[in-house]
Amino acid sequence: MIWGVLQFPGSCDERDAQNACELAGAETRLVWHEETDLSGIDGIVVPGGFSYGDYLRVGAIARFAPAMNAVADFAAAGGPVLGICNGFQVLCESGLLPGALLTNESTRFICRQGDLVVGDADSPFLSGMSPGETLSIPFKHQTGRYFAPPEMLEQIEANDQVAFRYAEGQNPNGSLNDIAGVVNEAGNVIGLMPHPEHAVDALTGSTDGLKLFRGPARVEA
Amino acid sequence: MAKHRELGLTDAEFDLILEKMGREPNGVELAMFSLLWSEHCAYKHSKKLLGKLPTDGPRVVMGPGENAGAVDIGSGWSIAFKVESHNHPSAVEPFQGAATGVGGILRDVIALGARPIAILDSLRFGELDSERTRYLVDGVVRGIGHYGNSMGIPTVGGEIYFEAPYEQNCLVNAMCVGIARTDEMVRAAAEGTGNQVVLFGSKTGRDGIGGASVLASAEFGEDDEGKRPTVQIGDPFEESKVLECCQELLAADLLVSLQDLGAAGLTSSAGEMASAGGTGIDIDVGKVPLREADMEPFEIMVSESQERMLAVVEPGKVEEVLALCTKWQTDSAVIGEVTDTGSFRILKNGETVGDIAVEDLVDGCPLYDLEPDEPAEWIYPNYVTLREGADASEITLSLLGSSSIASKRWAYDQYDSVVGSRTVHRAGAADAAVLNIPESDRAIAIAIDGNGRRVACSPRLGTIEATLECAANLACVGAEPLGVTNCLNFGNPEKPTVAWQLSQSIDGLADACRALELPVVGGNVSLYNETPTGPIYPTPVIGMVGELPDPETCAGEPWRDGDWIALAGPFNPSLAGSELEKARGQLGKGLPEVEIEPARAAIELIRESVRAGTIRTVTDVSDGGVATVLSELALGSGVGCKVTLDPVIVQRDCSEEDALFGEGSGGFILAGDRQSIELLGGQGVQIEMLGRAQGNEIRIQAGDTAVDILVAEAKASFESLAHRIEL
Repeated sequence: MIWGVLQFPGSCDERDAQNACELAGAETRLVWHEETDLSGIDGIVVPGGFSYGDYLRVGAIARFAPAMNAVADFAAAGGPVLGICNGFQVLCESGLLPGALLTNESTRFICRQGDLVVGDADSPFLSGMSPGETLSIPFKHQTGRYFAPPEMLEQIEANDQVAFRYAEGQNPNGSLNDIAGVVNEAGNVIGLMPHPEHAVDALTGSTDGLKLFRGPARVEA
Repeated sequence: MAKHRELGLTDAEFDLILEKMGREPNGVELAMFSLLWSEHCAYKHSKKLLGKLPTDGPRVVMGPGENAGAVDIGSGWSIAFKVESHNHPSAVEPFQGAATGVGGILRDVIALGARPIAILDSLRFGELDSERTRYLVDGVVRGIGHYGNSMGIPTVGGEIYFEAPYEQNCLVNAMCVGIARTDEMVRAAAEGTGNQVVLFGSKTGRDGIGGASVLASAEFGEDDEGKRPTVQIGDPFEESKVLECCQELLAADLLVSLQDLGAAGLTSSAGEMASAGGTGIDIDVGKVPLREADMEPFEIMVSESQERMLAVVEPGKVEEVLALCTKWQTDSAVIGEVTDTGSFRILKNGETVGDIAVEDLVDGCPLYDLEPDEPAEWIYPNYVTLREGADASEITLSLLGSSSIASKRWAYDQYDSVVGSRTVHRAGAADAAVLNIPESDRAIAIAIDGNGRRVACSPRLGTIEATLECAANLACVGAEPLGVTNCLNFGNPEKPTVAWQLSQSIDGLADACRALELPVVGGNVSLYNETPTGPIYPTPVIGMVGELPDPETCAGEPWRDGDWIALAGPFNPSLAGSELEKARGQLGKGLPEVEIEPARAAIELIRESVRAGTIRTVTDVSDGGVATVLSELALGSGVGCKVTLDPVIVQRDCSEEDALFGEGSGGFILAGDRQSIELLGGQGVQIEMLGRAQGNEIRIQAGDTAVDILVAEAKASFESLAHRIEL
């Protein structure tokens, strides 16, 4: 499997995402934000960071990057797309995922190891996990409060589109329904605020993040 | 007032400029002199003293004089590191001051061709009951996070102290650590007549004009609000592009040399490049990309706008360099040329508007001898914060909750500590940060330390202690120190008391480094940290980098129920300069003598034991003494302890209170199985078994005195700071 890892100016977790994909047994290629040819790529990671500085609204400029048009086509064709942190924000801005990310209730950046609970969503990314399973993954963001209008939220819940929730009492930002990550209706696009790419080595805290990167390859096989 | 005095030059210095130039300097030239001859750039009050520091060693790759120091860690890789202050900008505008402090130290490391992999911060504020302090803390912590987080560089450690003498003049010292292929590192020397000078990164604006002279090299007065325009504005997005651009430029071997633009902007970066290369340099201000079209030549030459880099490029490679800058969407322009004239010429669209001999500008500043005089009395105020008659339990809880000892997690949680996927020990998790370096098949540890209060009690001994503490912190994770960087934060050196503090402190640093065989590979001096209420505590901040062969074996584990607990090392506890003495308002001059050699032996024993895996729980005894350290270990593990300090009182001939709360160098608390600890005995290092980890109480007996508190109480006290800081 070959993962394409997008690189916007201001991305900062793209090398960690590459490292995670490779530890999960895949090959990777950095995809520059101006590229539009994704041929040969089996999955896309939109990594964390501060695309274009995020001085406007998070992810608001990145959604217009030429590479994101190609990602939209890739997703529409059923290709697996994983958005982490800023990548999640970009996917929401692009309309590939429902909802929006708002500034943390504390207005501060937070970074701490925490527990994620796997939801009921049906997605190749979750294929190696069971609903209710707990993963130890770093939480790390300033704009991670998941929000959706009541009707949309109801629909997301009804459709089982919640991929991850913060474990009880650990919601770091005020996200509605403790939502930490969601999938699209088809299940091939997933976004989450916590950082599975930083949880791939026991030495640095946990290896639980690897499960997410192995998911699509497992389904493919 | 004469123009040169407004710019911070003395009459004698101005006369010397006249003599060297043989004429009156014009406005551009005078502005340039005033900056490069400022304390911040010329080190005119400290250079002679700094010559005492050892700088050589077998592992040194880059020493003082380069943008940062660097040491070899094997397998073709080096670690670059440096610490620098941004005190005055942070006191005037905390968010941007701290943010640009981080940005600046990152560029120093980037300029060596290294990729930054870690940031640490050493911060000092006034006491927390002050509204101004809380305002500064909030802004500084946010500013550090804003810049480092956005850049994707983890902040992995640091220290925060709260002491009244920093109330008006906080300290914000940032340390950056980077990694580079040893054979691909670049120096800052401009070489090769005819080579082109390329400026890239942010456009040049009017921010930061006079930062090095008017702001950094003067005491604070009453009109500080007026100095806000001398603070620069940070743009981490731009720096992120500049970093990646530099990495690509260097990987493609397109640069002769590279230098960041820091204090004094183009004047210092171009001047120092020419000086290091023994060349001349022409800079055409008409070619500098500007934010505002009508900037004067002098403004362009001294602007301290952030996120700019200067490179020397062979003519045939210029096009490729500019193309890479365009790829990274960062402004770039050829703004000058390396010459063989020995002159720093400033042109405006081809016409000369300034012409100074590089040597006069960069090395011509007179160096001053200090006039040190030891004050007869303790010169700092004392405040009582502890209830009179408090018993040992109450004292312990009070110390655990005191601003300097209590948990700083509320700050560390605001920093990205995991990006880069190297962080083995995060901030606050162990005595030193540990980063995995798979490139060279090993790990590094980083510590930063400097207890200003103890240095105030004895500048020489306090500085030795700070250096030993760094080495002890590294030992606790199994690391061997390789090199030192420092930031010397002091008051006005023209005053005899401060001069005495500074010279004593540098003597101490030199003694400690020589004894530990550690080279000082770079650093920074920050003087004039003084307000109308007096100088800050003299605060040498020591940054130390070490290596360890195996990141899997780096201790830092909490103790477990049933573990045996011991005190090791030549620790000689005393209340002088301690947290308890501070709380009682009894601080005064003097610290007990420090014996470096026995401390060094203990450090080596601990390091080897951690490396061998025989010790998994170890920490050095520092602020608050043994009772505080034991309580911290207990609350960290959730398991209490039952110990007696009677063997300490006997063996080390000290009082009960000294044994419980005394401070000093050379002590370690360790825990583990009895046999492993006993095996450490008989190796020339004093060891006393104190008791065991057990239960949910912390019970420490010292003669007739006892600490008896619940682990939960200790924890609540230790974590109380976040509430008091109103987070």
